[in-house]
Amino acid sequence: MIDTNVDLFQWPFRRIEGDDPASLVANLRKKGVTQAWAGSFEGLLYRDMAGVNARLAAAARQHGPNFLIPFGSINPKLPDWQEDVRRCVEVHKMPGIRLHPNYHGYTLDDPAAGELLALAGSKNLLVQIAISMEDIRTQSPLMIIHPVDPGPLSDIVKSAPNLRIELLNAGYHGGVNTQHIEDIKKLDNIYFDFACLESVGGVSRLVDQISPKRVLFGSHYPFFYFESSYLKVYEARLPADQTQAILESNARALLGR
Amino acid sequence: MKNRQVTRRKFMQRTTAGLAMAGAASRAGSAFEAAQSPHPSQSASVPTSAHGVPIAEVGTWLKSYRIWDVHTHLNRFAGATTEEKVDDCLRWADHMRVERMLLLTAASGGRDPDAEGLRKMNDECVKAVKRAPDRFFGCAFMNPDYGQACLDEMNRCVRDGPLVGIKFEFDTIRLASSPEMDPIISRIGELHGVVMHHTFIQTTGSFRGESSPKEMAILARRHPSVTIFCGHTGGTWELGIRQMRGVPNLYSDLSGSDSVSGFTEMAVRELGPEQVLYGSDIWGRSFASQISKVLGANIPDSARHLILGGNMRRLMEPVMKARGMKI
Repeated sequence: MIDTNVDLFQWPFRRIEGDDPASLVANLRKKGVTQAWAGSFEGLLYRDMAGVNARLAAAARQHGPNFLIPFGSINPKLPDWQEDVRRCVEVHKMPGIRLHPNYHGYTLDDPAAGELLALAGSKNLLVQIAISMEDIRTQSPLMIIHPVDPGPLSDIVKSAPNLRIELLNAGYHGGVNTQHIEDIKKLDNIYFDFACLESVGGVSRLVDQISPKRVLFGSHYPFFYFESSYLKVYEARLPADQTQAILESNARALLGR
Repeated sequence: MKNRQVTRRKFMQRTTAGLAMAGAASRAGSAFEAAQSPHPSQSASVPTSAHGVPIAEVGTWLKSYRIWDVHTHLNRFAGATTEEKVDDCLRWADHMRVERMLLLTAASGGRDPDAEGLRKMNDECVKAVKRAPDRFFGCAFMNPDYGQACLDEMNRCVRDGPLVGIKFEFDTIRLASSPEMDPIISRIGELHGVVMHHTFIQTTGSFRGESSPKEMAILARRHPSVTIFCGHTGGTWELGIRQMRGVPNLYSDLSGSDSVSGFTEMAVRELGPEQVLYGSDIWGRSFASQISKVLGANIPDSARHLILGGNMRRLMEPVMKARGMKI
């Protein structure tokens, strides 16, 4: 099983079981995960993104080859963000990057986003865009972060057919109500996890609407209980080959590892 | 406070007994791990796995918990009639091994239903319960802006009908602790029924008449013999749980929020496992995400059994006895 949506280190607002890399890795292994694509909670608010990504890469190395696959955080509103991309690729050998446009204060139609996505495409990086991290209704009143509108991707991706994007945490709190969502769902190079997808049988409808090949298992662990996404797969009542594709082979094909 | 301490003591005794009977050194941790060592009530067919429960065996694993769901809605299930929605819901519930459900609404009545609106809503709930009386308990919908209509509906649907409790979504502008709630709660107490009340503490601003667990605690203290389910535990559970502490007849409903790690652990720690209930808030939420709050929580497996069904069976017993229902 490949989990495409986990985060390392500490959530800014509470301690969570699994918020140190060693326990996260141990817990994921017990649950049957063989590979986890990991971002960093530090990437939400820290400004020294080079340090964030260096710690992420070090933690991934420490826990064995090909278990934690680090996805560095990039904030295109920071000075010299291009150097962060270079280090992700050349120094840390990361296969992808993770973006948090809502925490970093830009929208996807911002020219900076276009520049970043173009650069990522040219370097064959898989780009994960986190639509949300938590329910806006339960956030700290000192920091209300609205979900990302993925609508602009419909134009961006059409002009960059080699760009591969995975939308994380789209669903209950946003990302599916945009007027462009039907266009986005048709794009072959956009993939979806379902950590924040809700309603009874939601995963089976997602598979019907998109394609069983573009749905990836993602848990949003440790922020969410891992079992949430796992039980959603069971609830979906998919054929065995589609279940296997969602749990593992789609992700393996996308990343090539 | 005394009641809470007793609950905790019982919990520790139960946990200790469970550990001894299962012969397990540690039962806390993921439920995947717990599935490896059978609960005393489980048969030998419970799945075991060195690396979690395989998808093909999840059903057996779920069944072992005898799940009762305290928070369900039929409104958005497939079907043109309530009976068809019941059938669709049961297909999913069967798959997720949910034995029984407390049905709160079978049809939407809008934001602020009047007396006629309440009757229409409750007629659909009655139809649903009659369609599957062994699977659904039903609640009559209330709107305290129409106090006499609430009393009339309780008499019609609970005293003289098949429903066993009442459901509140939004209150008057004075919220759930206001005096106009008292005759309604007193009446359902006389009928041995249960109360489910929506609560949510919204950072972005609550709706008109939307109560929090704070108002529920005040109300529950005024009616200590009535079983009151605090819907969603306020959503913003770190605040809601604190507001609920020390009120023995007010129960935490885990439903209707994201499966955020730590929710169930804090509820069990602060309220005791006998005061925490699994609920889904289907159709809008999934069974999966909400069950995961219990099975994924780092709590003893004995507590998971209580939260997923044991507590509900205990709490529904008085009304079931009063109605002559099979327990």
